[in-house]
Amino acid sequence: MWTFFHKLGSPPWLYAIAGTILRWLVPITLIALVAGMIWGLLFTPPDFRQGDSYRIIYIHVPAAVVALAGYYVMAIAGAISLIWRMKMADVVMRAAAPVGAALTFIALLTGAIWGKPTWGTWWVWDARITSMLILLFLYLGVVALYESFDNKEAAGKACAVLSLVGMVNIPIVYKSVDWWYSLHQPASIKFTGESTIDPSMLYPLLLMIAAFYALFTCCLLMNIRAELLQRESRTQWVKKIASEKGAD
Amino acid sequence: MYFDSLQGLLMMNGHGMYVWSAYLAAIAIIMTLLVVPMRRRARLLQQLAREANGSEDKTVGNARVEQ
Amino acid sequence: MHPVRRQRLLLVLFVVLFSSLAIGLVSYALRGNINLFYPPVDVVSGKAPTGHSIRVGGMVEQGSVRRSEDSLEVSFMLTDYKASVPVVYVGILPDLFGEEQGAVASGMLDSEGVLQATEILAKHDENYMPPEVAYALENAGFDEKGKIK
Repeated sequence: MWTFFHKLGSPPWLYAIAGTILRWLVPITLIALVAGMIWGLLFTPPDFRQGDSYRIIYIHVPAAVVALAGYYVMAIAGAISLIWRMKMADVVMRAAAPVGAALTFIALLTGAIWGKPTWGTWWVWDARITSMLILLFLYLGVVALYESFDNKEAAGKACAVLSLVGMVNIPIVYKSVDWWYSLHQPASIKFTGESTIDPSMLYPLLLMIAAFYALFTCCLLMNIRAELLQRESRTQWVKKIASEKGAD
Repeated sequence: MYFDSLQGLLMMNGHGMYVWSAYLAAIAIIMTLLVVPMRRRARLLQQLAREANGSEDKTVGNARVEQ
Repeated sequence: MHPVRRQRLLLVLFVVLFSSLAIGLVSYALRGNINLFYPPVDVVSGKAPTGHSIRVGGMVEQGSVRRSEDSLEVSFMLTDYKASVPVVYVGILPDLFGEEQGAVASGMLDSEGVLQATEILAKHDENYMPPEVAYALENAGFDEKGKIK
């Protein structure tokens, strides 16, 4: 158990294992994404009330779900880097922020496009939508804060504190539709009790959610690898990799 | 398949503009997410290899390139 | 655990708890403003302000939609099954607007308690199903939530 943690803290090991995982995970992710999109666009029935516009759900819901889950990755990495001063946790936090921001942006954008034909508006200052916008600003805030410091250790601490404070927003996003009157409908997939979405529509949605989790993992690992090379550019293991690459 | 023609698939009973623009925008962002770190890593490796070959004694400093 | 690390862990927990508390208090204080709309029962009992534009949300009452023959004017009742608010609107309604469906109307209440709406938004629920399933449910005497009508 402890050796695993010690290995996690070793940059060359993390770089290598991330590379091995990516070799498998990137093709799987792309296949799952393409299959899920084709399934959702072509092979699911239209909704009895919304017609074909509901097909946006296959992008909107997975992006939103993973954007929220990704925040935990970032905040927990931030907490680890604060408490144990583990440099790799700092790398993970920094790597997660832009991916989370992009996924939150996808959720907001597709939500706006979906809102126009169903609700009759692109945007409304609804509790759910506003708290998602705050999530986007939190992610962007971590990216910007990190870049604004010259001292990367101080940058890591500041970002970790910001992401921990921002963690309050996550349950608010989840619960906003239950706590307040909002235009956004409650969740259709339920962990307890029966989902209120027909199985023929649920399965492609679950596939897309899995694909987006895989996508998040891929982007996270790729960002981690790039960040590692940059931070460790003076070390022997990076020079070795660079010279091997340069030879071919 | 729930559409009997390409026309039907593109139009989606009047919702085509919304559905297709949402999907295309999402695909574009996903592609960017994947390509940016790949290119950043490739550029870093290239730069490090060049600096290593150029002068053996010089250490590679300020390897932070524009992202 | 190392005492320094324990101290840092406590600090982290403190940051999370303290900020949760702060945000919790703020959203509790603002709870009226976070709600997107007033339910009809609040409007009828006079809890909703009358001087400026408000939003009222509820279900469009069965059989209450009246469309004008020569203009885009439409009137209907919004209900939460406890109270109802009459709404008048001139303009194009969203596709999903219909009787027994959710809707949010924004506008000002006039002296007779009628909401002069400037915008109507359709609210839909979390039920998704193919048309044939909805049709079969309907025939079997259930609504879309699986409840017996």
